[in-house]
Amino acid sequence: MAARSIVIGTLAWLLVAAAAPALPQWLVSLATVAFANALVVLGLVILWRAGLVPFGQALYYAIGAYTVALIGRYSEIRDVFLMIAAAAVLSGLTAFLTGLLLARYREIFFAMLSLAMSMILYGVLVKTETLGSTDGFHVEQPTYLGYAPQGNMHLLVLFWLVLACGALSALLVSFYFRSVAGSLAVPVRDSEIRLEFLGVSVNRLIHLNLVIAGTLAGIGGALAAFAVEHVDPDMSYWTTSGGFVFVTILAGAGSVAAAFVGSFVFELLKSIAYDLLPGTWQMFLGAALLVTILFLPEGIGSLFVRLQRRPEAKAMGAKMGAKSTSALS
Amino acid sequence: MSAILAVHALEKTFGSLVAARDISVAVPPLQTVGIIGANGAGKTTFVNMITGHLRPSKGTICFEDRDITGLPSREITRLGIARSFQMPQIFPSLTVFENMCAATAIAHACGGLLAQLLTPLYSPATMAQAEAALDLFRIASYHSAVAATLPQGVRKLLDIAMAVAGSPRLLLLDEPTSGISIEEKFDLMDVVMSALKNRGITVLFVEHDMDIVERYADRVLAFYDGTVIADGSPVETLENPRIQELISGPKLKISALTAKHA
Repeated sequence: MAARSIVIGTLAWLLVAAAAPALPQWLVSLATVAFANALVVLGLVILWRAGLVPFGQALYYAIGAYTVALIGRYSEIRDVFLMIAAAAVLSGLTAFLTGLLLARYREIFFAMLSLAMSMILYGVLVKTETLGSTDGFHVEQPTYLGYAPQGNMHLLVLFWLVLACGALSALLVSFYFRSVAGSLAVPVRDSEIRLEFLGVSVNRLIHLNLVIAGTLAGIGGALAAFAVEHVDPDMSYWTTSGGFVFVTILAGAGSVAAAFVGSFVFELLKSIAYDLLPGTWQMFLGAALLVTILFLPEGIGSLFVRLQRRPEAKAMGAKMGAKSTSALS
Repeated sequence: MSAILAVHALEKTFGSLVAARDISVAVPPLQTVGIIGANGAGKTTFVNMITGHLRPSKGTICFEDRDITGLPSREITRLGIARSFQMPQIFPSLTVFENMCAATAIAHACGGLLAQLLTPLYSPATMAQAEAALDLFRIASYHSAVAATLPQGVRKLLDIAMAVAGSPRLLLLDEPTSGISIEEKFDLMDVVMSALKNRGITVLFVEHDMDIVERYADRVLAFYDGTVIADGSPVETLENPRIQELISGPKLKISALTAKHA
């Protein structure tokens, strides 16, 4: 089954990449932001499996975004790979430092502490003139190993880069899920005591997950900054973090691909909602989340699982329903 | 090496409450030791201190001539001391097989985080070993059952099987038969003891049922008010009038205690 989902994933990926030049520009642009944000969601999926929901993931997202923006503003470096690598290292390092504290907390305390940390960055960004203050500033267009795309090509090349980063991250994360460390997420949620008495340091395991999730969020932020061509403090605001949690619930923690589909559906819903109900678009999104929780409690990802095991679909559905009720009670 | 476990003048206080005091015991390798005592006598505190769950206030604990006093539980586990719990600590959302694989794979990747990153969980060796362990503990028929749905006896066995996955040399069982019906207790202990046999494991088990203690223990430690008041063969300990008065007493009292635990 694993081999089959890799084949399906690869085919879908190739199809999207090949179709991009023929698609309307607004859709490619929307998908670029969506798939960049999907990296953040992928990190949240890793944490969510271990029972952790951070409301401050925008911290690393903003650090990634500001890293590439500042490099563009204050240096001659324009190479996209160097800039993204810098964003990944800086956000990963930040996640390591915040993780020294965060890895000791669980549940609501973890959620609130991560939120507090992201709001510190927000405060710093808003108050600092040289970082653009509340307005933020423009992000320079990057070059690709010396190649500087012109006009429409710029959007396409960036889209392909986002796709490549997404595929690589998805692959690495699914390898991670198969390793001992990665597959201990559910055991962490179930019984930390048993893990400690099997010789595992749960805090170090969670710390590792935090660094992985933070690095992914940083890369996502860097790519989003290139796509939007602008950074501002809102990227670190708690509603941005909340948006990522929203997409994670929409996507579900069941599969890696769900993060990408979920993020795309979210961006699509958001832009439709903007169009139809400019004043009350949040209501539309709230209703969408409500419907998802009611009818797809395991997220959009559970649809793939159901399709893959259609004969067992009924039994699975019953089991999932039962599981989500027990999680709520 | 005379004793695999040597405990000297162990004491644990919680504020003004003395949970354990002046405990000195030496356990030679391969002995099976039963620990008895009423609720609150300090049995679990004793087990918790040896396994690093609680830090002793005073005294020393040596395992294989190495001072392990106050080490974190995961390091003590890596040194070769494993334990099961009165409330089985298994992973309820996983199946029995997945539980066993997780425990086995962790034992394989004992080198820490990097090894855990590079080792796949479901390697053929891990799966074969997990299957074998389920057979050994006679719970192979529950292979694909989600652990949350298991009957208490199977949970207990799975908990012990997972503790043994890392090939410990000392195993502490905290009330392995609590919450199990009288008829099933002996079956459960038979399975556990025969699975542990020939694996060179020294066993300490906390038990309220004196018949079980008499049948399976080579030696009995009787706890009362935080300290050991008797230490000897099961027959001489259980016939000691003071033990009968304070712990094993009239049979009725004991079964009432056990029922309370269930």
